Amino acid sequence: MNWLRVYAIVYLVFLYLPVLLLPIFSFNDATVIAFPLQGFTTQWFKELAGIDALHGALKNSLFIGIVSATLSTILGICAARASTRYRFPFKAPIMGAIMLPLVLPEIIVAVSLLVVLMQLGFSLTSWTVIMGHTLICTPFAIAILSSSFQGLDQSLEEAAVDLGETRWGAFSKIILPLVTPGIVASFLIAFTISMDEFIIAFFLTGADPTLPVYIWSQLRFPKRLPSVMALGTLLIVASLVLLSIAEYFRRRGIRRTGAKDSGGFL
Amino acid sequence: MYAKPLAPRRRCRKLNPGLGGAKQISTRFDTDAKRGLTLISPTAIYVLLLLAVPLATIVAFSFWSQDFLSIDRTLTLKNYREAFTDPIYRVFLLRSLWISGVVTVVTVVLAFPIAYFVSFHVPPERKALWIFLITIPFWTSYLLRAFLWKVILGFNGVLNSGLLGLGLIDEPLTFILYNTNAVVITLAHAFAPFTILPIYVALEKIDRSLLEASQDLGEGTARTFFRVTLPLAMPGVVAATLIVFIPTIGDYVTPRLVGGPDGLMIANMIQTQFLKLNNAPMGAALSVLAMGAVTLISLIFLFANRRFLK
Repeated sequence: MNWLRVYAIVYLVFLYLPVLLLPIFSFNDATVIAFPLQGFTTQWFKELAGIDALHGALKNSLFIGIVSATLSTILGICAARASTRYRFPFKAPIMGAIMLPLVLPEIIVAVSLLVVLMQLGFSLTSWTVIMGHTLICTPFAIAILSSSFQGLDQSLEEAAVDLGETRWGAFSKIILPLVTPGIVASFLIAFTISMDEFIIAFFLTGADPTLPVYIWSQLRFPKRLPSVMALGTLLIVASLVLLSIAEYFRRRGIRRTGAKDSGGFL
Repeated sequence: MYAKPLAPRRRCRKLNPGLGGAKQISTRFDTDAKRGLTLISPTAIYVLLLLAVPLATIVAFSFWSQDFLSIDRTLTLKNYREAFTDPIYRVFLLRSLWISGVVTVVTVVLAFPIAYFVSFHVPPERKALWIFLITIPFWTSYLLRAFLWKVILGFNGVLNSGLLGLGLIDEPLTFILYNTNAVVITLAHAFAPFTILPIYVALEKIDRSLLEASQDLGEGTARTFFRVTLPLAMPGVVAATLIVFIPTIGDYVTPRLVGGPDGLMIANMIQTQFLKLNNAPMGAALSVLAMGAVTLISLIFLFANRRFLK
């Protein structure tokens, strides 16, 4: 099946084409983002260090990302544990509603939250962005955590209870350590999604923009583009590092519970 | 989960030695239900407050109207009437549905061979690596990926300068940027991993001995594929289709960056209504219409494929 392999490689090139251009243009010594290349420079990276608005946006995004990732992982643990361990009425519709943001267009989430916040007279701050990001990150957290909880052998927990542990003790001493890799992976994925999310942040952010909102505002100024490319390159490196860590923990978690690796995050 | 009640029942018996079998099961069910519901309640309440309530509010808004700076809450169909009669809204809605449909078909058709390749032709120990490779580009900034497609497809872009350099074309191609083609290419790229993964999962579940059986019974490779593999992979294809089709309709960034005036989609119009024209009820009505249309088409699609989904 040689032609299939050739197709797969062409497809990978298509997938990576834009991503590969980013580092190329971020080191290119020209203010115009076009070929032919003009020579090597690191000045766009140096320029980044001097932009205060960028630093503010970065700090804001980090804060929103960490809080959203924490909240969605906690909500994800509750839902994933409940759905894998217990049978309860209305399980399918409840889980369906919780997973809905996975397919719902983000602009719908954004405008509906905006309308409610406007009606309640809330002012837009980082916390309103966190509300939206927690909502859309939770289904991803559940997808990752469910596979961790699913692989667990229920008799371990029952043994602990039979040996005199309380249910909470059994959960915190037996279950939690076994799913820790899943929790770390879920946190990192949720953090990455929040850091990259644009539409909800665009609608719900107040005076302090997030990093994607800042980048969006810069795309209008051709002069700023090379430094945006440099910023993009740094972001790629950062998300690659985070994802590799997440993947490492995800695999370790699967090994720990003895399940078969199905591959991938979704 | 309910199929293996053995161990907990043992525990029950220890605690309540006098209980009969039927009673034990119902007790267990009640405890299970209570614990399950308690545990899921934080997440469920969060979703109720931040998703269900806002969605209901949007529907309510679509029946209200904007009266300069305040909202007039008398129920009216004015927004919907306007959405159906004013050609601009109709054009935006139909174009969005069309673009979403084309993107979905292109993405799924391009993705299927990749999922098939990874599932059937990559050795098991390298599968996770391939899936990882496919998902990586998806984790880089979506904004920048869409912007870079503008760089690739532009007049002086990577594609044009490459083709000119190779002597394949005499003047730059202009039909690939600032129109619906550019939107389709960019979105097909953005949603690629979302389609590959569900199809891959469905293909992985196929019992390989079924394929051998088909071939032993005299079917050729092609007929085995169309009569055994493809029908069994359909649940994945259906999932992939919906995962692309539904969110694509609401995409804002791509049409704005590469679509030009003729490639704008409904999300751009919704944003204009909410943030620029300050007409939230009209924006709400357009959101409801877009969601309604997508839901309807998805249901029809699910119904048409029901025999694969049992």
